[in-house]
Amino acid sequence: MTQSLYEQLGGEPAVNAAVDIFYRKMLSDNRVSRFFEGVDMERQASKQKAFLTMVFGGPAKYTGKDMYEGHKHLIKMGLNDSHVDAVIENLGATLKELGVKNELIAQVAGIANSVRDDVLGRGH
Amino acid sequence: MPTLIFEKQAYQRNPEETVLDCLLRHGVSVPHSCRSGVCQSCLMRSIDSDPPAAAQHGLKDSLRQQRYFLACACAPEGDFTATLSGPVLIRFPARVISVEKLSRRIARVRLDPAGAFDYRAGQFINLARSDGLTRPYSLASLPYTEDFLELHVARHEQGRMSSWIHDELQPGDEIAVSTPIGECCYRPEQPKQPLLLVGTGCGLAPLYGVIRDALHHGHTGPIWLYHGSRDREGLYLVEELRGLARDHDNFNYVPCLDSPAAGDEDVTVQRAHEAALARHADMKGWRVFLCGHPEMVKQTKIKTYLAGAALADIHADPFQSAAP
Repeated sequence: MTQSLYEQLGGEPAVNAAVDIFYRKMLSDNRVSRFFEGVDMERQASKQKAFLTMVFGGPAKYTGKDMYEGHKHLIKMGLNDSHVDAVIENLGATLKELGVKNELIAQVAGIANSVRDDVLGRGH
Repeated sequence: MPTLIFEKQAYQRNPEETVLDCLLRHGVSVPHSCRSGVCQSCLMRSIDSDPPAAAQHGLKDSLRQQRYFLACACAPEGDFTATLSGPVLIRFPARVISVEKLSRRIARVRLDPAGAFDYRAGQFINLARSDGLTRPYSLASLPYTEDFLELHVARHEQGRMSSWIHDELQPGDEIAVSTPIGECCYRPEQPKQPLLLVGTGCGLAPLYGVIRDALHHGHTGPIWLYHGSRDREGLYLVEELRGLARDHDNFNYVPCLDSPAAGDEDVTVQRAHEAALARHADMKGWRVFLCGHPEMVKQTKIKTYLAGAALADIHADPFQSAAP
């Protein structure tokens, strides 16, 4: 039996390692850092962990509605496709830093991209 | 059918239903996300009993000890009481041993807890006056070498509790203390890890416990303490800390003042966190303890993280010394 994407990436320990690098990249990225201003770091890190668990193909039960609800206040702040692109770019750079193969990075980016319309509220 | 009590409201819970599913079914809005016991968005705290082990998987030890659990992974056998709100107050009586002025603004209070009081250096307790007025104070004492609980209390102009402690609390008085809370503690498993501790005012209290705990455990990595205050009245235990620095090559003490006066030539003239960030640009692999002014704590948390410290290695107590 072939391993799931989540297993191939290393499961929960890999998510934990990725959260630290990914969130640091997001906070340091001028394109998206303003969306994090004033947000409690612990709570934010736990959201990052949930997000990464999902895009790693792990046991997350997000629904499209959850993704929409979680981001609609950011749409009011101007969240658009360019920011989703930045997220996917930072995600790819994080995985590269952790030594993940390009082919798996592409799969993760694909999952992240699949929630783009929900995050941006298209169709809600 | 078992009963779930959440924020003092009772709900009927189906057997094997998780706390989260039960609350959502009853239309109660609670934070949650992955529903898989991973993301920790639905962190809650049990009031009356230990949560099932599965509901505490992945939580830090200190959270486990304080009965935190994940609502989405928690299907207890019987009745259960949970809360989203802060520290659970279980109170013990303690007797005041001494109230001693360390400066015009800072008092050192030593308490004798009735019976065994198990805590780790750097944790905090809630102190409750007989009329119910309650405030958190960090423990500066060491549990295994000192048989008293030590608190440092800064007098705040409008502070009802701090004024009362400074002006009225007497040796022999009885006061109630809560169970110890918090994770601003030393971890002996990594004796070589560099430690950065930044405190303002009475934020020194837990750091004083953590540093002495680390040195007692034979910590070999560098330990840097930056203690800041706007003026000399907020810098205290200076001689004790200088003595520790003389006795331990790996411990560095940097007292900082915003606006020094005559006679303050022996301190750094800079805000404590700015002095720390200027000297330690690369925080990768460091463990960071931040206590004191909430804005200082918030900013320094982000800056030390961006400088490379891992999220799990940054510990903060933002409640101390809200006023200068």
